[in-house]
Amino acid sequence: MLLDVENIARMIRGAWGRDSFQIGVLFFFVVFGAVALSFSSPAPSETAPASFPGQSAVPQALPTAPAQGLPQTIPPATPRAGLNIVVLDPAHGGTDPGARGTGGIRESEIVLDFAAYVRRALEVQGFQVVETRQGNEDPSFDDRSAIANAQGGAVFVTLHIASTGLPGTARVYVNSDLPVTTDAGGLIPWDRAQTPFQGLSRKLGDLVQGLLVQRFKGSPNTAQTAAVRQLRTTAAPAIAVEISSVVVEDRADLDRMAPGVADSIATGIAAFRPSYVVPTTGGKP
Amino acid sequence: MTARWIRWVVGVLCVAVLVGAIYFPILRRRLQLAAKLQQKTAEQARRELTQAVPINPGEPRVKAELFWASGNSDGTLWDSTVELPLSSDPVLRSKQVLNTLLAGPVDADLRTLPPDAVLLAFYLLPNGTAIADFSEALATATPSGIQSEQLAVDSIARTLEANVPVVQRLKILIHGQEVETLAGHLDLTGTFLVNTKGVQVTPAFAAPVSTPAPAPSTDKPLPPAAPTTKPGSSVDPGTLTPNKGTGKLEQR
Repeated sequence: MLLDVENIARMIRGAWGRDSFQIGVLFFFVVFGAVALSFSSPAPSETAPASFPGQSAVPQALPTAPAQGLPQTIPPATPRAGLNIVVLDPAHGGTDPGARGTGGIRESEIVLDFAAYVRRALEVQGFQVVETRQGNEDPSFDDRSAIANAQGGAVFVTLHIASTGLPGTARVYVNSDLPVTTDAGGLIPWDRAQTPFQGLSRKLGDLVQGLLVQRFKGSPNTAQTAAVRQLRTTAAPAIAVEISSVVVEDRADLDRMAPGVADSIATGIAAFRPSYVVPTTGGKP
Repeated sequence: MTARWIRWVVGVLCVAVLVGAIYFPILRRRLQLAAKLQQKTAEQARRELTQAVPINPGEPRVKAELFWASGNSDGTLWDSTVELPLSSDPVLRSKQVLNTLLAGPVDADLRTLPPDAVLLAFYLLPNGTAIADFSEALATATPSGIQSEQLAVDSIARTLEANVPVVQRLKILIHGQEVETLAGHLDLTGTFLVNTKGVQVTPAFAAPVSTPAPAPSTDKPLPPAAPTTKPGSSVDPGTLTPNKGTGKLEQR
């Protein structure tokens, strides 16, 4: 074996003196480099869907990056494709477990399971579903919003499990009504991206809540209002769905709710689809 | 020789038993005292130091409205009335009602704020914006969830609204810092509308308090709404009189 290596080294040293061998080695490195470069070029994101007919994947009028303090433009009134995409946000994840029950139930894990049910129900309704996380990651609030803001014709649903509340109930929250403020150029800040969509969010929230209360007695009849951080920076009709709660002794009690919650969300969004229009001012339908 | 040795041993043992019998009650008392001291957390110790809100006993006792949880587990608040010698100064008055709110009702289930949370500072700006600075326990011990976090903020906002009319907006800080959320959900980067009667609301960030579903009934048993009196607390909880059912939260 050692002898073979020495023979090979001797052969290389002998061949190196010939120009043809040097050119061959150079050619090999050039080809290898080109192939490596082609593989390392950015590939389309798995979470960002390809463009749909009649729309671009990243509408220029919508915020695409969480640039704090930078203004964003109000979505234009130009006609777009209808509601096609639902961005599902299983809350928390990573080092943030969210609400924790005494029995070891973690909100961040359960919402992933709920998201799987909701995704299937939405796909049956013909929606494309984009999830902000599919594993134990913890994207920032702005990163999650950015995924929704990069879509055209999307709604945003963030899923939560509460620490409190009547077990077996579900509540839909929409963001608190914020005054619509724009500058002279019709721009609104990134951190108030939800403002033009508040009316649509309320309509979507009431639709979903109306279906949830039919399945889960004791739930409110209409959507609640709260200053939910995740919704504030989302430039789309956006709701938070919160299930009660992690304090159940048996996780199966929560798991049994998943199909009903998923069906209510999917049916509600499907019912919302005809009334979806891109808001121009204020988002009031 | 042997008999004398045995007598000595028995004598020593008798003395030991006697000493033990005398010392045992003392030892038990010391253990009980140590257990009580362990229950006092650092936050509680800080609370006793920082709650020195000057109370003038000469101040007239007025009925203060405090908002605790209704006990229905539905995110609604219960409006209770307590007689307190409240100061006429809005900052002192705010501290008094918030400290009473933090002290909580007798029934721990009706709490809206963690027992270890402390009001570290309270400021009132000329434009009616109140800045309430709480200890970290408010963020770390409030149950995580939209409903529970909203309930905590609502109880603070509604209590200030009912008792300190000059407060128009509320900004909540945690240990002197602005935080993104209370416990992972509720946005604390803006201000909450507290009282907008006759006030032009201009801040774009002002978020109204929530609008929970109305309580299903008003004839439920009233909660035993009497705040606990903690040693060292300078706030006299006075007499609590349960008031007119659940707190009414109206969207502004």
